[in-house]
Amino acid sequence: MPYYLKRFLIKQFLNNCNTIIGQNRGSLQSGQEGGFGILELSRVSKSFKLKAGIYQAVDDVSIEVKAGAIYGIIGASGAGKSTLLRMINLLEVPDSGTVTVDGHILTEMSDKRLRKERQKIGMIFQQFNLVYNVTVSRNVAIPLELAGLPKRERINRVQECLDFVGLTDKAEQYPAQLSGGQRQRVAIARALANNPKLLLCDEPTSSLDPVTTADILNVLRHINESFGVTVVIVTHEMDVVKTLCSHISVMESGKIIDSFSREDGGFQPAAVSSGSYRDQILGKAGEAHV
Amino acid sequence: MFESAIQYQAQMWQAIGETFVMVGMSVGAALLLGLPLGTLLFFYRKGQLYENRFLSLVLNSIVNIVRSFPFLLLVVALIPVTRFIVGTAIGTMAATVPLCIVAIAYYSRLVEQSLLEVPKGTIEAALSMGASKLGLVFKFLYVEARSGLVLGLTTSTISFISFSTVMGVVGGGGVGDFAIRYGYQRFETEVMAYAIVVMIVLVQLVQFTGGTLSRLLDKR
Ligand SMILES: Nc1ncnc2c1ncn2[C@@H]1O[C@H](COP(=O)(O)OP(=O)(O)O)[C@@H](O)[C@H]1O
Ligand SMILES: [Mg+2]
Repeated sequence: MPYYLKRFLIKQFLNNCNTIIGQNRGSLQSGQEGGFGILELSRVSKSFKLKAGIYQAVDDVSIEVKAGAIYGIIGASGAGKSTLLRMINLLEVPDSGTVTVDGHILTEMSDKRLRKERQKIGMIFQQFNLVYNVTVSRNVAIPLELAGLPKRERINRVQECLDFVGLTDKAEQYPAQLSGGQRQRVAIARALANNPKLLLCDEPTSSLDPVTTADILNVLRHINESFGVTVVIVTHEMDVVKTLCSHISVMESGKIIDSFSREDGGFQPAAVSSGSYRDQILGKAGEAHV
Repeated sequence: MFESAIQYQAQMWQAIGETFVMVGMSVGAALLLGLPLGTLLFFYRKGQLYENRFLSLVLNSIVNIVRSFPFLLLVVALIPVTRFIVGTAIGTMAATVPLCIVAIAYYSRLVEQSLLEVPKGTIEAALSMGASKLGLVFKFLYVEARSGLVLGLTTSTISFISFSTVMGVVGGGGVGDFAIRYGYQRFETEVMAYAIVVMIVLVQLVQFTGGTLSRLLDKR
């Protein structure tokens, strides 16, 4: 799908969301999950110095994510989604604001403490970012080595994680021998190795075909349901947030401009309101050409 | 050819031994100090993880100065340093000092280059897992860059072999010195050809080994 079309669709989605939110704001808020806030971004901002001046990539954003949620952030390319996500584990240090994960204020930590906390936050990427010169099982073992797990336990845990993502038989292969979907599964197994409370996903399906995308989304949902891992997912794909998320925030020009929660059993309000029309445009048929 | 080869066999073997000492020490220095220096060059570079303009400028200047010296001048200029480290400025061990210094500077550049080829995303992933600096370097960077690092060391080693041929000026010996003293100065063209063949075989061997190893290590 061409970029301008995507942008247009998102714009349209936003407009509709605005309408819905205006009508149902009360009920939406009451529809949120009951868990405690496992992640809180409080007034975080990030700017980059460019030749042309200072660029405000993320502008005074606050979000709270309840434990057990699948929190989606959607927006056009360049909206600041990745920067926002990367501030959660401080890969990008906010210029101002605080980041709290599971009661720990990451923005006030020493480097050493921060490293320990990062071991409890899994992360997956659009480009998988595997270590291509080592086997699948070694890829999953690396975070365990970093965490100092003894060898025997490491072997068992690697096995468990690979079993979970269905790659038991690929353990001794190299990532280059796998398909995109399988590589993302390795990345997921690697992210799960240290039993994270939180899983950060940056466009995890954006380089995969629709079938594989659905596949990976199922794995993510499975992780959320089986282990209660809270998932934060950033994407420009409407389908992804619609099928997966319990909460959606919409990002534009560095700001969260809208937020929605999924009602019990029902769809998130934006989809319900405009019915089949949006499904047609934003659904599988449209996304398949990306 | 065979007569002269047999006649000077003992000297030839000694020369080969000296070349091995000089090149071996250079390779050791390249690995022990050139690798970490190259890693620092990489990290301090603009846009990299520990970007640091001052340290980058300092290290780059040192590396550039060493590398821009005509090698023979460097050997002469380093005589006091050599005397301080080895105790004498003459002989094979003395010759290794300037060779090692060039080796460190030379290889560090190739290390920097290889590390720059590691995708930024790999570093991101490492940091997201809570890797320490050493963890990042040894479990990610060197692993992903290893075929480039080996290829760089291969190229370096061949340069060290070439550099080592002029170490006769400080009594370093080696195959190059042998070729000049027995072949050139005594007009024994056969001996010179013999020495050159030895050099060619040596270089081919290094290139073949390095190239093969680099290929085997590359699983990407
Ligand atoms: N390290 C950086 N230096 C300069 N500009 C950056 C940097 N990272 C991101 N940006 C800019 O910030 C904006 C938001 O980027 P990003 O968060 O990657 O957007 P998204 O993930 O929504 O596509 C983009 O315009 C991008 O060019
Ligand atoms: Mg992005």
